[in-house]
Amino acid sequence: MLNPLTMEDILNNNRLYGITALFDTPDEIIHAAKEVAKAGYKKFDVNTPYPVHGMDRSMGLRRSLVGYVTTFLGFSATAFILLFMFWTMSIDYPMVIGGKPYFALPAFIPITFETTVLLGGIATVVGLIALFSSLPYNNHPLHDTDYMRAVSSDKYGIVIESEDPLFDEEKVKELFAKLGSKKIHSVFYPEETQIPVFQPRYIVFLIVTAIAVSALTYVTLNKVLFIEPFSWMMEQDKVTPQEKSSFFSDSYGMRTPVEGTVARGFIPYPYKGMAAPTETLPNPLLPTKEVLELGKKKYLTYCSPCHGNFADGDSRLRGQFPNPPTLHSQRARDFSDGMIYHIIVNGQNIMPSYESQTTVEERWAIVHYIRALQRAKNAKLDDLQEVNKEIQLNVEE
Amino acid sequence: MSRNNTGYIRKELPGSVARIGYLLFAAGLILGIIGYLIEPVRASYSYLTAFMFLVSIGVGSLFLVALEYITGAEWSTPFRRLSEFVASSVPLFIIFAIPLLLSMHSLFHWTHTEVVKEDPVLTTKSPYLNTTFFIIRVVVIFGVWTLFYYLFTRNSLKQDDTGDQKLTKKNIVLSGIFIPVFAITVTLTSIDWLMSLEPHWYSTIFGVYYFSGATLGALAVLTLMVVLLKENGYLSSRLTNDHYYSLGTLLFAFICFWGYIAFSQYMLIWYANLPEENFWFLHRWENGWQYLSIILIFTHFIVPFGALLSYPAKTNPKRLKFMSIWIIIVHYIDIYWLSMPNLQANGHGFVISWVDFVFPVGIIGFLIVLFSLKAKKHNLVPVGDPKLQKGLNFTLH
Repeated sequence: MLNPLTMEDILNNNRLYGITALFDTPDEIIHAAKEVAKAGYKKFDVNTPYPVHGMDRSMGLRRSLVGYVTTFLGFSATAFILLFMFWTMSIDYPMVIGGKPYFALPAFIPITFETTVLLGGIATVVGLIALFSSLPYNNHPLHDTDYMRAVSSDKYGIVIESEDPLFDEEKVKELFAKLGSKKIHSVFYPEETQIPVFQPRYIVFLIVTAIAVSALTYVTLNKVLFIEPFSWMMEQDKVTPQEKSSFFSDSYGMRTPVEGTVARGFIPYPYKGMAAPTETLPNPLLPTKEVLELGKKKYLTYCSPCHGNFADGDSRLRGQFPNPPTLHSQRARDFSDGMIYHIIVNGQNIMPSYESQTTVEERWAIVHYIRALQRAKNAKLDDLQEVNKEIQLNVEE
Repeated sequence: MSRNNTGYIRKELPGSVARIGYLLFAAGLILGIIGYLIEPVRASYSYLTAFMFLVSIGVGSLFLVALEYITGAEWSTPFRRLSEFVASSVPLFIIFAIPLLLSMHSLFHWTHTEVVKEDPVLTTKSPYLNTTFFIIRVVVIFGVWTLFYYLFTRNSLKQDDTGDQKLTKKNIVLSGIFIPVFAITVTLTSIDWLMSLEPHWYSTIFGVYYFSGATLGALAVLTLMVVLLKENGYLSSRLTNDHYYSLGTLLFAFICFWGYIAFSQYMLIWYANLPEENFWFLHRWENGWQYLSIILIFTHFIVPFGALLSYPAKTNPKRLKFMSIWIIIVHYIDIYWLSMPNLQANGHGFVISWVDFVFPVGIIGFLIVLFSLKAKKHNLVPVGDPKLQKGLNFTLH
């Protein structure tokens, strides 16, 4: 019968936890475990100073289920980490590392293995403690008993708990006596003792510790680490930007690239520095909507302050800088695309180069946009007819 | 059950075992000679594969014997004699090697002195890779193994009659000397016979790779013998599930070890992607060989890993029998995968010939004959070994 544990029982210290028995040899304890299991007891345990081989079988224990926890969480980790690496390395932020494909399975295997083993191991320990040993258990009735002292040194003990359905104090003692144990004891639940946590000495200890830790941290971070040789690791042998170097004969710490070096993705402009090139480049871009929008954006940012929003040469700088001529003159309209591009890269007369502000693509887009402005300012009647045709088409649709 | 009862009753093996062995051996021998007359080069390569299979099983078994002595293992003592029987193939290695030494010129590229002269890589390797030194190494290595085999088994068999404990101590000292010698010699053997088929290749882990396969093969042969003989009552009747479980665990461990080493070799070469290393794997990733490579990953690692993971699988005799046969076959495929692509390296692709099946049949027949001859003369259980009783009483929990 299960007796519900009441406060009264605990305070009166009379609730029986179980009956213990001590034996002298491992053979006796194995025999005892077999007999107790045969008698039909389920809630009993054996305590020995070292693992006695054959005990699991004698006690009739089933195989632990912790292996399933390990397997499940281990393989979950395998699946998770493979998906995680696939997502980070191949989808979310694809990176070429060592010329390998985005999904470089061989490189992922060690991490997969480690994660599987790690989570499998943690699952085993946590599963063993939390699921199968019912821990944390901070005050087991067997603690601080003579029984526990004996089985931690040279005796072999067995305990049948009072919660066992077959438990009967007299019968259990009889059984143990029959098995040859000379030391049979009843173990009771310990008396509950209340120790107040907020005692003055604890609070003083807490405050002193807090002050000491804070002071030590402050001194370390603000004083100690400024002392040589720590100095926050500011003194290092590496060359910092703009630093003088004693190693190179020209004393420059920062080295210039070898002559003729070309940056990745950079295409050098062949007519750079020429006032009027005899040949020019063709425009590689088509005047699509996206290109024209990019050209408009960049034109309004870089060109319009001097050339005006519609390329009329009406600067909005109010005389701070000389006004350029209009881009709708016959001369400007006769420029090839490449010539406008050349002027953007090289500058002309007082206009500086816009090479550093714009990319190759943006420059060609600006050229397209200027062409569009020129066409719009110099439209003919025929063009209007074209527009009307389109309007009509749209209406019909 | 008396403590001195080993549960072993000596029984003669039925004559059919030896007859099957002789039949398989004769078939392998005759068909092998016919194969050599039809396709001499392919037959040489096939025979080399079968020879390396025999070497791996034989010297792997000798290693298992030494391992048992040096670690003081007790659980494996009841069937150590079976490994000794398989290791009795060691003295015959030199005889089996003679046909290969005669056909060295068609097997090994580096024996062509006129090619080596033109090739700077092979010239630098020629102080090691030359015919004279090769034959010296083969004779010395097989001689050393034979010496150790002779000393181990002489002591072990003498103990059956005398029960002298000093003989165990002698063998422990011997295995202490043998294991480092084995580490060096098995590495040299794998380099000489398998790695030098592709003499331009570099891999520092190749010896360990061959060792892992050799130990796994020897363990699979041992497991198969233990299960078959135990089921038919030729071994001690006191062998339990715990013995099976330990064999299964060791098998499982070496499957993982093989996978680990194979992957280590692959990943380093794959990551560095140096032309002097990666071509070896590229040969195994083209002309049909890629299918065998993938099959090898699945059959040599993933399937046995899953099949032997759980406790019930490791104690189930049927599963153990099936998996040991499986592992013996995939171990053969592994060595086939190491040696045969070199025959195909000149662009013939993956072709299987009937000749490839002849030699393994002959080798298996030879091992059966050897076993039945030994079993006729000696006990299958080392009855005089002082560790035998503890080994029979072995329990896990």
